[in-house]
Amino acid sequence: MIKLNSKTQDAVLFYALRIISLLVIGLLLFIIFVLFKAAWPSITQNGVKFIFNQEWNPVENQFGALPFIFGTLITSLIAVLIAAPVSIFVALFISEYLPKNISHIISLLVEMVAAIPSIVFGLWGIFYLSPFVKNTLAPFLKLHFSFVPIFEGPSFGIGILTAALVLSIMIVPTISSVCRSVFELIPQHQKEASYALGSTKFEMIKMAVLSPSVSGITSAIVLGLGRALGETMAVTMLIGNSPIISKSIFAPAATMASVIANEYTDANSPLHVSSLCYLALILFLITFLSNIFAKNIVKNFSKIG
Amino acid sequence: MDELKQSDKIILEAKNLEAWFGEFQAVKGINVQYFERTINAIIGPSGCGKSTYLRCLNRIHEEIEGASVKGEVLLEGKNIYSKGIDVVDVRKRIGMVFQKPNPFPSLSILDNVVIGLRLQGITKRSILMEVAESCLKKAALWEEVKDKLSSLGTSLSGGQQQRLCIARALAINPPVLLMDEPTSALDPIATAKIEELMNEIKLDYTVIIVTHNMQQAARISDYTSFFVYGKMIEHGLSSDIFTNPREKQTEDYISGRFG
Amino acid sequence: MKVTFNYRLVRSIKNQLFTFVIVLSAAVVLIPLLMIIQFVFREGASSLNLSFFTELPKPVGELGGGMLHAILGTTYIVLLGVLIAVPIGVTCGIYLSEFSKSKISKTLKVTVDLMSGIPSIVIGIFAYLMVVVPLKSFSALAGGVALSIIMLPIIIKTSEEILKLVPNHLREAGLALGLPRWKVIFFIILKGSIANLLTGIILAVSRAAGETAPLLFTAFGNMYLSFNIKEPMATLPVQIYTYAISPFKDWQRQAWAGAFVLMVLILSMNLFARYFLSRIKDKKGY
Repeated sequence: MIKLNSKTQDAVLFYALRIISLLVIGLLLFIIFVLFKAAWPSITQNGVKFIFNQEWNPVENQFGALPFIFGTLITSLIAVLIAAPVSIFVALFISEYLPKNISHIISLLVEMVAAIPSIVFGLWGIFYLSPFVKNTLAPFLKLHFSFVPIFEGPSFGIGILTAALVLSIMIVPTISSVCRSVFELIPQHQKEASYALGSTKFEMIKMAVLSPSVSGITSAIVLGLGRALGETMAVTMLIGNSPIISKSIFAPAATMASVIANEYTDANSPLHVSSLCYLALILFLITFLSNIFAKNIVKNFSKIG
Repeated sequence: MDELKQSDKIILEAKNLEAWFGEFQAVKGINVQYFERTINAIIGPSGCGKSTYLRCLNRIHEEIEGASVKGEVLLEGKNIYSKGIDVVDVRKRIGMVFQKPNPFPSLSILDNVVIGLRLQGITKRSILMEVAESCLKKAALWEEVKDKLSSLGTSLSGGQQQRLCIARALAINPPVLLMDEPTSALDPIATAKIEELMNEIKLDYTVIIVTHNMQQAARISDYTSFFVYGKMIEHGLSSDIFTNPREKQTEDYISGRFG
Repeated sequence: MKVTFNYRLVRSIKNQLFTFVIVLSAAVVLIPLLMIIQFVFREGASSLNLSFFTELPKPVGELGGGMLHAILGTTYIVLLGVLIAVPIGVTCGIYLSEFSKSKISKTLKVTVDLMSGIPSIVIGIFAYLMVVVPLKSFSALAGGVALSIIMLPIIIKTSEEILKLVPNHLREAGLALGLPRWKVIFFIILKGSIANLLTGIILAVSRAAGETAPLLFTAFGNMYLSFNIKEPMATLPVQIYTYAISPFKDWQRQAWAGAFVLMVLILSMNLFARYFLSRIKDKKGY
């Protein structure tokens, strides 16, 4: 056996580790490259107008992304609108209102929600949530808020609202756990200083917990948004898969992820496949950007604050 | 009496040794010689470079990001800092015991002692057992663990763990043993046990021990150095340093006027 | 006087209202969780029978049959993913924890974060383009590749965290014994962390085993038992999906049974891993 200098041995290790790490970095870039290459025919055919084109008709080789971008954004935004306050409150509940031993258990339960596979959410959605929306929630909303235009139209249980509801449940653990780690960083003495001024618990939380955590909370919400944007199965099973933009939140729609899931294996023409890959690229970019945005919020705010 | 047992051979020598953390100089121009089979204590106020200096002697200091060393350290006449020297080989000749007992957590007592040898390629069980027994005896731990050599190293008490670490360091048979405040994390009884075994170790090894406990230094060492702010103010026979120091700073420290 | 008294009352009411809202939110989150578990339990456990675990699907229309092929298929493909992702992932974890200051380390960290945010269906398309197209067929291999990319960021992150937990003086003790750095890393640090690293891998597996989207056009699905890596293979999530959206009541019943099995498997792996990981972080063993 060749006796190598230990410095050489360590150098070999160092370079081996480095090469593998570079490969992983390269993998990310490669994924982007491969997607781009597959989407290229559609990009050259449709250009940037793809994003604004409403017509998605595979039979006539007409491909426009707008219905799916709309579906993705609207379901995710509604989901975040519902989930954000709930998640913040749950995080506060766990970190400020519960004694240590119970808070461990409750936070574990919340994390369990994150562990439930998307398909199980979808199943539950089809057989429970969908009838609930059709028979209970939609009539309630139409009865009491009929003047609001988004509540027009019939509800078949499957549609934007149902999908958004399931999404909101699914992203609560994401937002909540980031919020919780932000809240736990607050030093005890700052909370005590607030109490020493005679504040109620609510006021203390506003002063000492929430206001210094604004950037962390925003980052958490953006991360939750990122998760919602990419969610596929539960949404596919509950959104109705209709590439049409409509006013009512009871109407069926489609997201980028859902149309890919539904049409990719049956796609007949090369342009169809390429357009689906174009959609995948757009989806990738949107989630990519929201993740980078989430990371930078914390950086920028901590520089100011 | 003690002087007769000592050798006159210089085993380790520092020449103009300096140590840096980036731009900050922690150790300033040390020149000292250590005789074979002696116990040498290094005392001084905390945070004044004693540990840093010690860690230069086995080239551990340079493992820290941004740290650097200037000068020479001669082990048996050869400079361990010269180019072309394999630092790993240097460390095989100079053992170290740390402040916090740190047996490797996933290894048994036996494995902890012999890991140094095993990873050098010595795997013959009979040899390993022999070395383990002899080193554990020197570390005054053999009687307490001989029946449970396969239990985890971390299952021992703090004092026992430190003696295990001493055995582990001795197992690779280094002529010089460095000890960085080895008893500061231990209770008085465990401390006393370790001080006792130092007299045995002295017969075969040269020890350089950093300690913040002056009484300990006076008790166990043959020579003592006094460090302040990275400089070695004085070095000499312990009997001289503690009764009749040459420098005023030394005297002030020993009589408790500062530090 | 009157004004001060009323103001204090108002503050107190606000406080109590807030507490109510907080508790309500917690209920709003936990209730669906309990509902889903109860629902799946009720529908699924009642549909479970031995044949579910031991039989293959019967032809369309016929009653009975099971998901044996899907259960085995999930095991096969997840294992494939593990074989690809673990060596690469742990290696990167080592690099990030032992050489954290280098530029490549910092870039890798960012890469891992971004990779973990990629929607799984996009990863499925990547695996399709890289494996299915060249091989001209759906395959278990493509599924394995897709799952490995999903598991990779999780394994890298947990490996890094676990190795970083090893205190520095242990590394120094290893170096002080005259060992080269690579021996200290592999034989002392890594060897001591194997149980913990495994826990991180279990966490990654629990995530990958539940994924449906990336398998839809990689492993695709199969009504028959197959162990061929180059052929399409059934997996539990995809089989559940196929049955759930079908019009056949018996298939829907089996979908529930499948969902029950899947959920029990994944939740228990997840709980197990999280419990151990939190114990490791709190332990004072070091």
